Amino acid sequence: MTRQGSVWLGLFLASLGLALLAPRLPAWALDPPDAILLDMSGWVSAGMDWLVNRATFGLFTVKEATRGIAAMIELPYDATRIALVDGITEGRGRRATTIVPPISWIAVITAMVALGIYARNIWLGLLMGVLFAYLAVFGQWESAMVTLASIIIAVPMGVVGGLALGTAAYLSPRFNRAMSPMLDLMQTVPTFAYLVPILFLFGFGPVAALIATVIYAMPPMVRITTMALNAVPAELKEFSLMVGCTGAQRLRKVLLPTALPDLMVGVNQVIMLSLNMVIIASMIGAGGLGFDVLNALRRLDIGKGVEAGVAITVMAVALDRLSQALAKRAGVPDLRNGSWVQRHPKTTLVVAVIVITGLVGLVMPWVQTYPKEAMISTRGFWADLVKNINVNYYDQLESFKNLLLLNVLLPTKRFLLALPWPWVMALVTLAGWQLGRGRLALLCLALTAFLATTGLWEQAMTTVYLCGISVVIAAIIGIPLGILAASNATAGKVIGGFIDTLQTLPSFVYLIPVVMLFRVGDFSAMIAVVLYALAPAVRYAAHGLRSIPSELIEAGTVCGCTRWQVLRRIRLPMALPDIMLGINQTIMLALSMLVITALVGTRDLGQQVYAALATADTGAGVVAGVSVAAIAIIADRLIAAGANRARARLGMTS
Amino acid sequence: MTLFSRSLTPKSFALATALALSGSIAAAAVESEDPIKLTLHDWTGQFITTNIMAAVLEEAGYNVELVQADYLAQFSGLESGDLHVAMELWATTAADALNASLATGNTVSFGENGLQAIEEWWYPLYMKEKCPGLPNWEALNACADLFATAETAPKGRYLGGPVTWGGYDDERVEALGLNYEVIHAGTDAAMFAEVESAYQRQAPVLVWIYAPHWAPLKYKGEWVEFPPYSAECYTDPSVGVNPQKAYDCGKPRGPVWKAGWAGLANKWPGAAKAITALKLDNDEMGLMVGKVDVDGMTVDDVVDEWMDANKDRWSAWIAN
Repeated sequence: MTRQGSVWLGLFLASLGLALLAPRLPAWALDPPDAILLDMSGWVSAGMDWLVNRATFGLFTVKEATRGIAAMIELPYDATRIALVDGITEGRGRRATTIVPPISWIAVITAMVALGIYARNIWLGLLMGVLFAYLAVFGQWESAMVTLASIIIAVPMGVVGGLALGTAAYLSPRFNRAMSPMLDLMQTVPTFAYLVPILFLFGFGPVAALIATVIYAMPPMVRITTMALNAVPAELKEFSLMVGCTGAQRLRKVLLPTALPDLMVGVNQVIMLSLNMVIIASMIGAGGLGFDVLNALRRLDIGKGVEAGVAITVMAVALDRLSQALAKRAGVPDLRNGSWVQRHPKTTLVVAVIVITGLVGLVMPWVQTYPKEAMISTRGFWADLVKNINVNYYDQLESFKNLLLLNVLLPTKRFLLALPWPWVMALVTLAGWQLGRGRLALLCLALTAFLATTGLWEQAMTTVYLCGISVVIAAIIGIPLGILAASNATAGKVIGGFIDTLQTLPSFVYLIPVVMLFRVGDFSAMIAVVLYALAPAVRYAAHGLRSIPSELIEAGTVCGCTRWQVLRRIRLPMALPDIMLGINQTIMLALSMLVITALVGTRDLGQQVYAALATADTGAGVVAGVSVAAIAIIADRLIAAGANRARARLGMTS
Repeated sequence: MTLFSRSLTPKSFALATALALSGSIAAAAVESEDPIKLTLHDWTGQFITTNIMAAVLEEAGYNVELVQADYLAQFSGLESGDLHVAMELWATTAADALNASLATGNTVSFGENGLQAIEEWWYPLYMKEKCPGLPNWEALNACADLFATAETAPKGRYLGGPVTWGGYDDERVEALGLNYEVIHAGTDAAMFAEVESAYQRQAPVLVWIYAPHWAPLKYKGEWVEFPPYSAECYTDPSVGVNPQKAYDCGKPRGPVWKAGWAGLANKWPGAAKAITALKLDNDEMGLMVGKVDVDGMTVDDVVDEWMDANKDRWSAWIAN
């Protein structure tokens, strides 16, 4: 064992000793004493109160400005809803009579097929058609269109905002430095934490939900924009200067077009993250599929919840494939000529179908709206499935649960909660010193000190416990799956489809059956976190193994290694940095699931955030949210530093 | 005076024309065309009450908008006038928030909506055979091992509502010397998932259930009978079974209130009257909730049915 290893083993044993001594330690060591607590939530609430009620730009108040923005966003949103869902109506609510119907289901599907063909080929077009037809056949059409309408508004906002911020960060390194921690916070503070301030500023309704979605979905676009602009070859940048481009021309005509394929990857990310927000957004008024999932599960209609949840997955798959195809196509010049109609046969066709189905639909309603009689439902199947498992296998599941709970989960929880907080601060800081020297140590110290002064130490440690165990289990399951996926093409496809589904299926859908089988408590929360956070562990492991140079493996085989030896001595060590990054992403996803776990009754930071939302306590929500971010940032920085060191040791450049 | 001047405005002239054309009498009463915003939360009973109110207001000619808003977070919206009416504020869960909001002067109460909230510890009927002393609370300790799980043993397990619901269950357990551990569910969805699961297996479960709700309709069971609630029992330790501690009694049963933005009565006086007038009762509500949650009807259909069957009642609410 190395010297470092023995030091950490010693520290671990000392921690164990301290935890055993916990009952004899003074109370101030276990829970930070009141004297060092800062009333941060009070400050945030007071600041928010000032912002909403008194802050002013001179001519108008902040609240008037934000409400103005909300009105501006509401306009295109309403227009999209009219086109896809509501149609133009006279009167409101129950008295409403339709004057012009919304675009018919046939026309929307035709448009999607045309988009698919435009983006790649007839096969993608057919896939799009099948996926959207699924929405109609399974009775999810109207809700799906509401969701689609909010995606259509949220995604451009996220893309344009991300482009602007990313470009600014590219042009000004100082702005970049200021932006970077902001992005970290946007990605790690749970959405619930800023829902309340958003409601105060932008009012109740779909717009607040849209804004929350944009805040959540924008950061990758900002990062990718900056990265893509930086990656434009220096020759092109110099060339643009040589031919005398102004700054704006250079950006518009050279830099952005060159970076377009990369930028489209960012667009794809914005779409996927926006769809991830569908459920949370529906809690503050977005409606659509997210609302259907919530509503169905609130009355334990598991089948309906699964169907609406799968509809979200279907939509995610459709938009993902489409935007990926568009990303590959981006930058291909348009060489067609002829009249507008000749150059745009698909657009012409779609417009024609919209008009024709709209008119025919007035006489034959099934053309306008997919008929109820032809809908298929699998509701009964899902409910019966869960009931069967529940009735027949509950005892086995329960004994398995108790085994893990009593021997792993609860002891870990007790151990972590019994550690004195100054000791934890010291350990984390030491780890920072070891992996990244002064700066990292300082960051670790500052963030743990923040956690100690919020008055949420116990919740923070519960969070570390729950996420820690979930990540370990996700790694134990995920890394072997990744290895399997990398070594066998068929297995790779099956596993890929499986984890894609897990990531896009709203966790709420499986949360309720999980509670039915494992009761309210930490164990159910852990299962939900593991299911959600599994994907990156699998993906990065598979990616790391696939990208090992084949010469290395050949060299191993020539030396007479067995397959097992090749795996253990060459492939796994070489893939280690990637696997570590995968674990890092797993931790981030696990932390972002925290608030959802609060719904099954955990007592962690997620519960704090959730309770703050339920009582509209801005300050408490923001402080608990930032605490989650603090834990995320500590974990991220430590692991990134560790991965870099591993890379350096293996002679790879990072 | 007001009447006279109003009758001369161009708007009311236009309205009168519209009236003559459409033949609708009720539209004349509308003071403002702006939509009245009613809040929707997350339980079916509230959807029904709110949709009935919306339907009645629309019959009176008002424009209505239904807005999804959190049960407690909505108060800031009601105070600022972003939202206008909340139809179900339960004395048992929202009393503190409602009183705090009313104290600002920016919201007003529109009275009770006729429903009576019941919230209490509940068990499925088949548990009565296994624990014969029920529903008396004094039988609970003898059955603690029956309700216990590996995590809580030797204590029994009681699944309470989300922490935000309050309810003083931890205090109740201590004051009544109950050998139980209170586990808080994060949402009522999780709570009822456990009831469903236990009911399918005919397994023990002790849980917080409230009415009007579909659960007591779908699952046969009973509420535990604690010493009856009184205000003093919650505030004065000397009152009740345990002379040293407060909360040594059951949960309060109470009315469900309607409340809303203080400016509503000025902007839409007729609507304020209708909102104040609305009254439903537990039986009809339970029936309607059951139709939606157990039989799978849509809220809209159930509300239409109610509107057709109760024309006399709601016509009186909007009559001038």
